[in-house]
Amino acid sequence: MKTATQGLCVEEVHVWCGDRHVLKGVSLDLDVGELLHVSGPNGAGKTTLLRVVSGLLRPEQGAVSWFGRSISSVRGEYQAQLAYASHEPALKGDLTALENLRFAVGLKRRVTAAELGSSLERTGVAACADLPARVLSAGQRRRVAMARVLAMRASLWLLDEPFTNLDAAGSDLMTALLLAHVHEGGCALVVAHHDLTLGCTMRRLELAA
Amino acid sequence: MSAGTQGGGAGSRGRPVGVWEACALIVRRELCLSFRRPDQLLQPLVFFLIVTTLFPLGLSLQLSLLRDMAPGVLWVAALLSSLLSLDSLFKSDADDGTLEQLALSGQGLMVIVVAKTLAHWLVTGAALVLVSPLVGMALGIPTGAFAIMMVSLGLGTVTLSWLGAIGAGLTVGLKRGNVLLSLIVLPLAMPLLIFGAGATDRAISGASVAGALYFLAALCVFTCTLAPFAATVALRINLE
Amino acid sequence: MWTWFYKLASPPHVYGVAAAFTPWFLGLAAIALGYGVVDGLAFAPADYQQGDAFRIIYVHVPSAWMSEFVYTTMAIAGAIALIWRIKLGHAVAAACAPIGASFTVLALVTGSLWGRPMWGTYWAWDPRLTSELILLFLYVGVMSLRSAFEDAARGDRAAALLSIVGVVNVPIIHFSVVWWNSLHQGATVAKFGKPSMDLSMLWPLLSMFLGFMLFFGAVLCMRLQAEVLNRERQAKWVREAMHS
Repeated sequence: MKTATQGLCVEEVHVWCGDRHVLKGVSLDLDVGELLHVSGPNGAGKTTLLRVVSGLLRPEQGAVSWFGRSISSVRGEYQAQLAYASHEPALKGDLTALENLRFAVGLKRRVTAAELGSSLERTGVAACADLPARVLSAGQRRRVAMARVLAMRASLWLLDEPFTNLDAAGSDLMTALLLAHVHEGGCALVVAHHDLTLGCTMRRLELAA
Repeated sequence: MSAGTQGGGAGSRGRPVGVWEACALIVRRELCLSFRRPDQLLQPLVFFLIVTTLFPLGLSLQLSLLRDMAPGVLWVAALLSSLLSLDSLFKSDADDGTLEQLALSGQGLMVIVVAKTLAHWLVTGAALVLVSPLVGMALGIPTGAFAIMMVSLGLGTVTLSWLGAIGAGLTVGLKRGNVLLSLIVLPLAMPLLIFGAGATDRAISGASVAGALYFLAALCVFTCTLAPFAATVALRINLE
Repeated sequence: MWTWFYKLASPPHVYGVAAAFTPWFLGLAAIALGYGVVDGLAFAPADYQQGDAFRIIYVHVPSAWMSEFVYTTMAIAGAIALIWRIKLGHAVAAACAPIGASFTVLALVTGSLWGRPMWGTYWAWDPRLTSELILLFLYVGVMSLRSAFEDAARGDRAAALLSIVGVVNVPIIHFSVVWWNSLHQGATVAKFGKPSMDLSMLWPLLSMFLGFMLFFGAVLCMRLQAEVLNRERQAKWVREAMHS
């Protein structure tokens, strides 16, 4: 019997955007070692749900809790343990890939340049470490963003369309990283509008428009 | 899974990052970004020089008249130049999504706001203070008044950076927010102008500057204490 | 106790209360303003220094006072809405803003007209009028900010924060403008111990104060009804009220 105090618990979350009722009473449970695939048509509120879970957006009704504690009461601690990858890679064009990682991950934990370099290697963009992000291709930027998620060593991964702009090799890599994360005891909430086959048990939450 | 994993590998993440370290890192990030674009760094300073040139061109060549107006002209020019760069305080990060990453760093929005505003002042306000003797000379302000002028400008630009941070936080999501930003910030900055120009004026005429400077300092302290909260709330309103 | 408060602030309740209060406010305002105007214009003695020109004080001073009072009300309503998330606060703040701005414009116009016979010019940068002008800029800032947002809820919250920041700054602005200049005569009312005006001049002024306050109440109720209807336009009770 899964208790609500293990991992992430979202209860009856309602979000309005102006007059539009974007999230209508969404609930989900995510235990450690689990992966939840959130799918649905455009405008169903997938990104909104991710933002609510990350603590960026406060829902009008409902609650999100992490290990039994409401995230609004332990916001700093909670956000230190999660890694959020939005739909855009979110990199500063003027900074190199390594600097982007350093300034983002360095706020969550102390990192050395070697660690960041190895994260970039794992995602296959070690060659881009000293290139400014604006000269990288969309696929390379996506990989750098993924390296940032890896380097944060977070327990909870919130990924919004992580397979965008990735070629076949990149998609395989992403799949492998997700599997490794879940096997090591992390959990992940992945938003993807297409079907995911990851080779592990995966639950699916379908949001209606 | 035991409850120990609630930390989620906190041991493997190393020691958490303290507030001062995080602040220093963000300031370094901002300075790094600013210096990568040296042309954008110089623009407010050049604007400062251009605006001060407008006044003699538009009004009069008489040095005595210029000297009378100099404190006001200097301060108005400094105000307007600072306002120029305030728009991008949060907007550039909001546009490419990195503001969300900063907000989710676990450090809290206030640290981010304080660090960014400090970096903005270092790049804009402090630069204006350093350039002001040049401008003062051009406007006929006697060198004896330079010290007071720079102190008052220093206090004033710090306060203005904070008022601007509130305005920038409020307008970060708007597409053409920079005019609205000026509209919001300038009325709030009028006391600054009055006391700053007043202090410089009194320094030139030899009267006691203590009153004006003390009030300017009080304004600065007041703003530095309360503005971080207001700017954080403003940013949170727009992030949600 | 909180549930009673939240019920009090529920939109249909507020709409009903506002609708009920409006005619009373209007009627009482008419009486107070009527007395004030008649007594002030016709019966109060002329000022020994300024002659009959001073009579504009009966409109200028109450409207200046109201402009500040309304800004404070707007800021408090915004603060209540921001802190306790009571949406009525945003409706009140949105309703107040144009009323306050209008009072400010009225104060500026009457002050300027008063200035003509007093100083020989329509605008002399005296501290009181300059503060009013800056207050007008603050009002315009709040109203522009609210309307600049596509998401009305976000606009409300941003405008509420700005009005709070503004209200904290208003005393600072006053003090600095007074420091900068000292032309205007000192405050003549709000000191009930020793008013520097004769009693026969004071009564109509106090009556005008009361009349302006009641008038503000009436207009606020009317605007509040419209605001509530607009904000709750999707709700069932609005559609029923519209059909009945």
